[in-house]
Amino acid sequence: MRTRPNYIAGAAAALWLVIVALPLYVMVAASVQTRGDFSANGPLSVPTSLTFDNYLEVFRQGFGGYFLNTFIVTGGVVAIVLLVVPPLSYAIVRSQGRSTTFVFRFFLLGLAIPVQAVIVPMFYLINTAGLYDTLLGIILPTAAFALPICTLILTGTMRDITPELYEAMSVDGATPARAFFRLVLPLSKGGLSTIAVFSALQGWNGFLLPLILTQSESNRVITLGLFNFQTQYGVNVPGILAAVTVSMIPVLLVYLFARRALVQGLMGVGGK
Amino acid sequence: MTTLNPPRSASPEGSTANRPARGGREHKTRPGFLWTLPATVFFSLFAVVPLIAVVLLSFSSWRGIGDPKFVGLENWQELAGDSVMIQSLWLSLLFIVLGVLTQTPISILLGVWAAGEQRNRAVLSAIYFVPLLLSSAAISVLWRALLDPNFGIPGQLSWLFGDGNLFGNQSTAIAVIIFVGMWQFTPFHTLIYQGAAKSVPAVLYQAAEVDGAGRVRAFFSITLPQMRNSIITSVILMVVGGLTTFETVLILTDGGPGTATTITAFYMYEQAFQRFDFGVGAAVALVLVVVATAISLIMVKVSGYDKMRSTMEGL
Repeated sequence: MRTRPNYIAGAAAALWLVIVALPLYVMVAASVQTRGDFSANGPLSVPTSLTFDNYLEVFRQGFGGYFLNTFIVTGGVVAIVLLVVPPLSYAIVRSQGRSTTFVFRFFLLGLAIPVQAVIVPMFYLINTAGLYDTLLGIILPTAAFALPICTLILTGTMRDITPELYEAMSVDGATPARAFFRLVLPLSKGGLSTIAVFSALQGWNGFLLPLILTQSESNRVITLGLFNFQTQYGVNVPGILAAVTVSMIPVLLVYLFARRALVQGLMGVGGK
Repeated sequence: MTTLNPPRSASPEGSTANRPARGGREHKTRPGFLWTLPATVFFSLFAVVPLIAVVLLSFSSWRGIGDPKFVGLENWQELAGDSVMIQSLWLSLLFIVLGVLTQTPISILLGVWAAGEQRNRAVLSAIYFVPLLLSSAAISVLWRALLDPNFGIPGQLSWLFGDGNLFGNQSTAIAVIIFVGMWQFTPFHTLIYQGAAKSVPAVLYQAAEVDGAGRVRAFFSITLPQMRNSIITSVILMVVGGLTTFETVLILTDGGPGTATTITAFYMYEQAFQRFDFGVGAAVALVLVVVATAISLIMVKVSGYDKMRSTMEGL
């Protein structure tokens, strides 16, 4: 019976495809029109002319620099996550001590601490630490808030390593560190790429922390650039849509190559 | 579960010859508490220390310069009589309820569909998940432009949108925020349900078929009950997400018209970072913390996350 088509859900899926794809089409179509053409034809029409002036304008407004800053933030966040999450997840899955169970609960509770809840003291602390208006001041808290979900994803992967493999290692007299590097890391490649992609998304898409913790043009990231562009160029809709398109391109490229890692990792988050 | 813990009553010292990997020897290959320290210290520094600081700040007055001054319950008294604060809590509740009601049915339907036999579904679901990748900022800027009163879609479809100024009154402004939230987050919840639907054992469906149950009957009697935990998880994530909606409100409506869409998270931002009243902002934040923590406690309890379950369980 599973092969019989599911018409109700199929219709919903088709409708949802339109809801997702149409705005993205309008975005790209509008971004290659001149402002005059766009307001004359309306957003739902097929473009009659083609121009890349909107994209040039976006880069004239400093988006190149925003890109660079966002890359640095993203790289920093991924590096920290990949450094601290694997040992944590390994200990949670393998150690049987009460303290590690407690640590796991601690991180699960952390899942529900929204950045908004701590943003006011974060501003105070980052100021006090002298990190205000620096990229490092964005990287550190962003990475910290990516930890709970990444731990959840990676422990999910590591749990599927069978005890027999650890037994085989311990027969050989392996230490926990040896088992970690020789067994756990190679077998967790899927989970590791998921948390890398996931934390990269957090770094790339972050908005509130950069909004509050930076100030100068030279430390601006791409999401803030978009927000500013919108407030300043509110009537230039094709220009704004070109900026949004530009901001999405790197993410979509990563998605093309890492779709499986991201989707499968997230699928496990819901629990069964 | 594939990682059953070995029995605690390990064999006595020295008699491990037959079962070399169990008991004392295997214990040596288990990582200790030290392995968790870097992550724990780091997370505490940036999430727990501020969490304590937010409590202290909520009893202080701080205008952004100098040191915070202790003022007792002053901030709390101010909030208790503040009609915008009270309204923001009701608005947050409304956002949460509307978010759950719009996102849950469609993501269950899409998730169950996507979990079926893969033919063209792989390509389609690849497109579905695009909004999941984009930043709230980009999505909000995109929809703000698409729904622009003068140049956007509503002007072209006046039979549907009337005068086209969706941001001009409370009910349409709320509808826009709910719709944009749905556009952004339905893919994520679809994924949760897709995973859940995939892990429903096929034998249950075969048994239902033998009993003569149709697809709709099987959906309500097998699929939905089997996905119970995922539904709970998904709804709780929606509640936390709805509670902390911020970028969408800032970029789409800026809390307006007036204070018509000023939800609690946005009000906190306004108090702290626009009026530079960090004490009051901290008090609003603390309200968010309490609500979010209550939800997270329920999440850990109900969903069984903490029970060390493998993703293969139930198969």
